[in-house]
Amino acid sequence: MSPIVEIENLTKHYWRGDQIVPVLTNINLVIREGDFLALMGPSGSGKSTLLNLIAGLDRPTSGVLRVSGINIAELPESSLTDWRAAHVGFIFQFYNLMPVLTAFENVELPLLLTGLSKRERREHVNLVLQLVGLADRMDHYPSQLSGGQQQRVAIARALVIDPALIVADEPTGDLDRASAEDVLDLMERLNVDLGKTIVMVTHDQRAAGKAHSIRHLDKGILTDDPGAVA
Amino acid sequence: MLLFLRLMLRNLLRHKLRTGLTTLGIIIAIVAFVLLRTVVDAWYAGAEATSAHRLITRNAISLTFPLPISYANRIRQIDGITGLSYSNWFGGVYIDERNFFPQFAIEPKSYLELYPELVLSESEEAAFLKDRKGAIAGRKLAQEYGWKIGDVIPLRGTIYAGNWSFVLRGIYRGAEKKTDETLFLFHWDNLNETLKKTDPARAERVGVFVLRIDRADRAAELSEAVDRLFENSLAETLTETEEAFQLGFVAMTEAILIAIKIVSFVVIAIIMAVMANTMAMSARERRREYATLKAVGFGPRYLLTLILGESLALSIGSGVLGIVAAFPAAGFLASKFGTLFPVFEISPHTIELGLLASCLIGLAAAVFPAWRVITLPVGEGLRSIG
Ligand SMILES: Nc1ncnc2c1ncn2[C@@H]1O[C@H](COP(=O)(O)OP(=O)(O)OP(=O)(O)O)[C@@H](O)[C@H]1O
Ligand SMILES: [Mg+2]
Repeated sequence: MSPIVEIENLTKHYWRGDQIVPVLTNINLVIREGDFLALMGPSGSGKSTLLNLIAGLDRPTSGVLRVSGINIAELPESSLTDWRAAHVGFIFQFYNLMPVLTAFENVELPLLLTGLSKRERREHVNLVLQLVGLADRMDHYPSQLSGGQQQRVAIARALVIDPALIVADEPTGDLDRASAEDVLDLMERLNVDLGKTIVMVTHDQRAAGKAHSIRHLDKGILTDDPGAVA
Repeated sequence: MLLFLRLMLRNLLRHKLRTGLTTLGIIIAIVAFVLLRTVVDAWYAGAEATSAHRLITRNAISLTFPLPISYANRIRQIDGITGLSYSNWFGGVYIDERNFFPQFAIEPKSYLELYPELVLSESEEAAFLKDRKGAIAGRKLAQEYGWKIGDVIPLRGTIYAGNWSFVLRGIYRGAEKKTDETLFLFHWDNLNETLKKTDPARAERVGVFVLRIDRADRAAELSEAVDRLFENSLAETLTETEEAFQLGFVAMTEAILIAIKIVSFVVIAIIMAVMANTMAMSARERRREYATLKAVGFGPRYLLTLILGESLALSIGSGVLGIVAAFPAAGFLASKFGTLFPVFEISPHTIELGLLASCLIGLAAAVFPAWRVITLPVGEGLRSIG
C-alpha cells in the first residue's frame, strides 16, 4: 500500500514567553493507506500534538509533513481548512457534538461545506447513521444519548464526508467498557470494511489492541521501530 | 444553509434566562433612548411648527418689555409686509399652579388670518370674533380639562392682576401634526379695556407683533426695515423670523437638551458593554464547539457569520421590540406631561436612530468574541473544557 502520511525529521516546539518548549523532536513516521495506527505514551508526551499536526490543525516548526502527497505544512491557512474539510474525519474524547443540534443535524454539518444537495445530504447522513447503528436515534439531541451513542454519532460525522484519513484522540477515554468496546468494534469495521486509514491516540491497551500497529511517544520522541503488531 | 441558521438561532436560545435578561436590557435601553430623544424633539417642536413667512417683532431689550400698539400702523406701511397681528403673554393660573398652558391675548381676526394652521369651524370663529369675552382653546388643551363650548374658564392673573373669566367659543384643531393644540387665545381688546381702567400705564401695549411677509427670502431685509423704523426711539425693536424667535426659547435650555442627548447615548453605550460581556461569556463557554467547527473545516467566514448573526439577531430583535414598546410608553408620558409639550411624538428619525443603535449594539458585542474565536488555535480550543 502507498503511504498516506509521510513525516520526516519533524520537530514541533512552542514558545512560552521567550522560552522554547520542545514538544516533538525529530519525528520520522510513515503511515500507509489502510493502516490502523495507535499512538501511545504518557501524558504530556506529545501524542495530541502529533495527531493535530497529521490532521492539519497545527503546523510543524520544521521538517516535512506530507499527507496524500500534499505538503500540508506549506498550505496557506484557508487551503488547509478546506483540505481538512475534504480529507480528514475527526473523533474526539468528549465527542464534541453541537448540543443544540440533533444527531442527524450534527452528522449533516460537515456536508454543508460540500456542494451536495439537500437530498444527497440526507441520503449520506442516513447511510452513515445506519452504519453506526443509530438510525432510530437521529432526532435525538446529544443530551438524550448515552456517551457511547454520542461517540457513534461523532464517528458518523467523521465518516460522512468519506475522508481518506480518520484521526481519533482518545475516542474511548470517556466511555465505560461496554461502550468503548462498541466504539472500537465500529472503528475496526471502518478500517477493515471501508478501508479507512485511522490514527488513534489512546491510553487504553485494549483499544490499542484493535490497531495494526502501535507507536510509543515519550517526551516528544518516537521510541520504538515501526512494525510492532498487536 | 438552513441548518447553519438553525444552529445560530438555537445557540441564541440556549440560555433562556440570559437571553431573556439581555433582551429585556436592550428593550429598556431602547425605550429610554427613544423617549429621551423624543423629549428633545418635543422641545424643538415649537421651532419646527413655524412659518418662514412670519416675523416676530419684540422689544429689543427683552421679551418682558412691551411695545406701544401705535407701532402697528407704521409697520404696516412697509412694502412687503402683508399682514400684522399682535399678542400679549397672559400667564394666568387655571385653578392650580400646576395646570400650565400658554395663554395669549390676541387681535383675533388678524391673528387667525396669520395662523391658518389653527383650524376653527366657521360658526365657532364667528362666535369667537363676536364675543369680546370669548376665547378659543386647542383641542388637546380642551381635552385635558374636559372643556366644552360655552364653558366659562376662570384664570387668575399673575402678570395682569385680578380674576378673569372667559367663555369658550371655539375649539381649534391643528392643520398639521406639529401644530400646537395647547394654546388658549382671547381678545386683546378685553385685556386692554380692563387695563385702561385698572392700570392705564400698561394699556395700549403689546408683547410682540406678528408680521406676515410676501417672500420668505426677504425675511432678513424686512426685519431690518422694521427695526430701522424704531431706531433711537424709546422702545427699540428686534425683529426675527418666527423660527429664530422660537429657537431663542430653546437656547435657554440648550445645556439641558445637550445633557439629555448625552445621556441617551450613554444608555446605549452601557447596554453595549453589557451585551458584549454576554456574548464574550457565551463564546468562551463554546470554545470547544467553535474549535470543533474549525477542525471540521468551517473557516473564519462561517464563525463570524455564526457569532455576528446571533448577536445581531438578539440586538435587532430586542431593538425592534423596544421601539414598539416605546410607543405606549411615549403615550403614557405624553398624558403625564399633559400640555407641557405641545407635541410629544416619536419621530421617524428617532426610530431610525433606535434601529441604528440596536445594530451597533449587536455589532460591537460580536466583534471581540468573534475575533477571539477566529484567532484561537484549534488545538487550544479543543483542549478547553466546555
Ligand atoms: N499551545 C501550547 N503552548 C505551549 N505548550 C503546549 C501547547 N500545546 C501543548 N503544549 C505542551 O506540549 C506537551 C504535549 O502536549 P500534548 O497535548 O500533545 O500531550 P499528550 O501526549 O496528548 O498528553 P495527554 O495524554 O495528557 O493528552 C505538553 O507538555 C503541553 O504542555
Ligand atoms: Mg492528548
